[in-house]
Amino acid sequence: MLSKKVCLRIAILTFLLALVIAVVYGVLKSLKENVVYFLSPTEINNKENISFDKKIRVGGLVKEGSITNDQTSVNFIVTDLNNEIIVSYSGSLPNLFSEGKGVVAEGKLKDKKYFIANKILAKHDENYMPPEVSKALKMDKEQ
Amino acid sequence: MFKNFFLNKIFSFSNKLFNVLLALMLLFVIVGFIYAIFLSPSDFTQGDSVRIMYVHVPASFIALGCFGFIGIASVCALIFKIKILSLMAKSIAPVGSVFALVSIVTGSLWGKPTWGTWWVWDARLTSMLILFIFYIAYMSVWKFVDNYEKANKVSSVIAIVGSLNLPIIKYSVDWWSTLHQTSSITLTSAPTIHYTMLIPLIIMIIGAFIYTLIVFLMRYKTEIMKFKLDKKNKEN
Repeated sequence: MLSKKVCLRIAILTFLLALVIAVVYGVLKSLKENVVYFLSPTEINNKENISFDKKIRVGGLVKEGSITNDQTSVNFIVTDLNNEIIVSYSGSLPNLFSEGKGVVAEGKLKDKKYFIANKILAKHDENYMPPEVSKALKMDKEQ
Repeated sequence: MFKNFFLNKIFSFSNKLFNVLLALMLLFVIVGFIYAIFLSPSDFTQGDSVRIMYVHVPASFIALGCFGFIGIASVCALIFKIKILSLMAKSIAPVGSVFALVSIVTGSLWGKPTWGTWWVWDARLTSMLILFIFYIAYMSVWKFVDNYEKANKVSSVIAIVGSLNLPIIKYSVDWWSTLHQTSSITLTSAPTIHYTMLIPLIIMIIGAFIYTLIVFLMRYKTEIMKFKLDKKNKEN
């Protein structure tokens, strides 16, 4: 059914495609550190060769009740429900920044438990619903 | 049905279909817009900023879908030497690239009030930008390479390599930590978007799809006429 020419073209194309896929996979694997946009508190905790003067990003949820303000900065805890890290930031916060919601902080680590941020981004999840539905779900959870 | 896309039948087919498609497209887009902008609820987290989603998500789906079509058509055109598939791929590229640009721009406009930034180099946004660049490369080869066969081969290779970017775009939010959130509509689990928002979203997606079909058919007819004209000029 398939002529020799067609078979040859399929073979060449498949081989070249496999080659390109292997190259792209290799590149992405080796660039892993740069492809991920942020590290979770657990990943920072477990990382062996962590650098304290390189700019990194930590992401997770803002721990409920952890936001405190002093004269110069705001402090809060970022958690991934397994590990926590304290973040300190002076500057304006995005509108969606709040307790229990996602956040990505960019800055430098002071030590494995303390992070000094120079930029805060709010991260929202994939749930979309009207405010009434959200309130109803919260009431159901509390019961 | 597919015989209608052949060179001899496409004009009568497209003309009959055109008014129906135009009416349907206007219906879906107008109803979708009114529902999205005025009638749908605001989001519990994002407020009214969420309404950009009704343009951003359909544009993203179309941009990816068109390039997927170009990839598959290019594979078949290269292996089986089917001319109309090359012309079809060439015809759908412009509208796909515009939707890719719309996706990036509306995403940026959405990011500023929600995330707090116009752009980040995370995996999802970066791979979408790469998709747009592949679209430009694909169309540039067709435009600037004079020999049809050469343009066909080179653009097909660009399309096939660019198609490898498509699963990267789709799964970037699952494979790596990204600022962009994970998918709300998946094939394997229930949607995490409330039905009062999902319905206008689907209406907008269908409207965008019909629009793409209309622009594709218009372009396809032009490409066929150009192709036939070139063939005639070469024979003389």
